[in-house]
Amino acid sequence: MDAIAVTIRDLHKSFGSQKVLDGINLEVETGKITVIIGKSGGGKSVLLKHIIGLLKPDSGEIWIDGTEITHLKEKELNTVRGKFGMLFQEAALFDSMNVYENVAFPLREHTHLTEKEIERIVVERLSQVGLSGFAEKMPGELSGGMKKRVGLARALVLDPDMILFDEPTSALDPIISLTILDLIKETQLNLRKTYIVISHDILGMFRIADKVAMLYDGRIIEHGTPLEIRSSTREETREFLNATKIPGFTGGNHE
Amino acid sequence: MFRGLARDSVRPFLVVLDLLGGIGTLFARALYLGFKRPFKVNYIFKQMEFIGVNSLLVVVITGLFTGMVLALQSSYGFRKFGAEGVVGAIVALSMTRELGPVLTSLMVTGRAGSAMTAELATMRVTEQIDALRVMALDPVKYLVTPRMIASFLMLPVLASISNFVGIIGGYLVGVKLLGINEGAFVNRIEKVLQFQDIYNGLIKAAVFGIIMSVICCYKGFNSRGGAEGVGKATTEAVVASSLTILVADYVLTSLMF
Ligand SMILES: Nc1ncnc2c1ncn2[C@@H]1O[C@H](COP(=O)(O)OP(=O)(O)OP(=O)(O)O)[C@@H](O)[C@H]1O
Ligand SMILES: [Mg+2]
Repeated sequence: MDAIAVTIRDLHKSFGSQKVLDGINLEVETGKITVIIGKSGGGKSVLLKHIIGLLKPDSGEIWIDGTEITHLKEKELNTVRGKFGMLFQEAALFDSMNVYENVAFPLREHTHLTEKEIERIVVERLSQVGLSGFAEKMPGELSGGMKKRVGLARALVLDPDMILFDEPTSALDPIISLTILDLIKETQLNLRKTYIVISHDILGMFRIADKVAMLYDGRIIEHGTPLEIRSSTREETREFLNATKIPGFTGGNHE
Repeated sequence: MFRGLARDSVRPFLVVLDLLGGIGTLFARALYLGFKRPFKVNYIFKQMEFIGVNSLLVVVITGLFTGMVLALQSSYGFRKFGAEGVVGAIVALSMTRELGPVLTSLMVTGRAGSAMTAELATMRVTEQIDALRVMALDPVKYLVTPRMIASFLMLPVLASISNFVGIIGGYLVGVKLLGINEGAFVNRIEKVLQFQDIYNGLIKAAVFGIIMSVICCYKGFNSRGGAEGVGKATTEAVVASSLTILVADYVLTSLMF
């Protein structure tokens, strides 16, 4: 049995009368890429924010490396968060800082690296996401996809044990999407960290996933290898995958 | 029915208590974090510059015209008694004890305080505050403490400038325009104005700086709901800060002088 990095048990969350998470159960394996798919507005971002303690559930448990985090205070949570990086859906760049400072920020606050070492890392990260010439730009001067890539560089910069990606390829053109997916996959293969990725980009995600979890109606209705999910017989999953409209994509038994 | 009535009449008090509790907690936390390493000195300097640059012009204009109008009004009144010589003293005392600190604080609230609320509210809406939390960094330490310390330090500076400019304005109108004897004007100021007047006035300004910054940060931090929420938070912050400054002014003045 593989090691488990995150265990979610019977997680419930409502906003007012709207039930968003309705009994989530999920085990995320250590050192793997787990992709969570599901329809827009289905609660994927909300689920991710619970994992990192930005939102508190109405009930249920979240275990991270043996610590139950839903009861932790902000200060205790910070110990857990030290292991995390996160790419927000809207990038959440600090708009008082330029691109370079945004990526350097986690290094400045959490390491004692010299200015020179910081520069080396930041320059490398920016070139990995294809933004070498943009270090001096302010976030307000970037396109949505560029912001996303800066956010990605910032999430990767400390090489944390666990990274949460909220739709890393939304707002990107197909070619840059591939570059970014390959970057995520490569980094993960090199460092063997635990990545949780949310996406609608089904084709792209199947490219990088070790495990796929399908969120539907506030629950994880299926969780398995990409092949298992693709050959799923569940109505909801099939409908979701069929929507990619690539002939022969579902029912990948022939592979 | 009486239950409902009782509940409805109590609700505003609960809202106010809740607000005071929230603001008090934020103040205590920001203060505590201000004494804890690592000190974010460059953040404080940046905010001091922001508050100073943003507010200097309005503070100077406000101070100048307040001093000028004070001289105009009081010389009108005292000319009837042939006591125009006291105009300088009146301008100096009013400016240093009261109008310098209070008007400065109100103007800074309108310029810098509103910007603080709008900035923090935008950071809330665009998840920048959550991004700090995810990085295991305390948003209060990075966002509120520097603004509070900077306001505490800068408001007395701005109020001093306002005092000075106000007295100059009074001099211009009183001596140059209305022809009050220059010697009498200056002499009376020297006789009446005490160090304590200036000093207590500046203490008030420092306290107003804390009130303004904490309320404005609180409103920004707790804003909800997109661009509209940002606007609403900003308006509320300016109104709440201004009112609190005026009430605090009365309380502090009655304690000090
Ligand atoms: N802070 C909040 N307050 C109230 N409702 C919220 C809040 N955050 C999310 N919701 C609601 O929860 C539901 C799920 O939102 P969530 O952002 O998790 O969707 P999602 O699966 O990430 O969708 P998308 O793929 O479009 O990003 C939505 O209906 C949204 O309105
Ligand atoms: Mg989302």
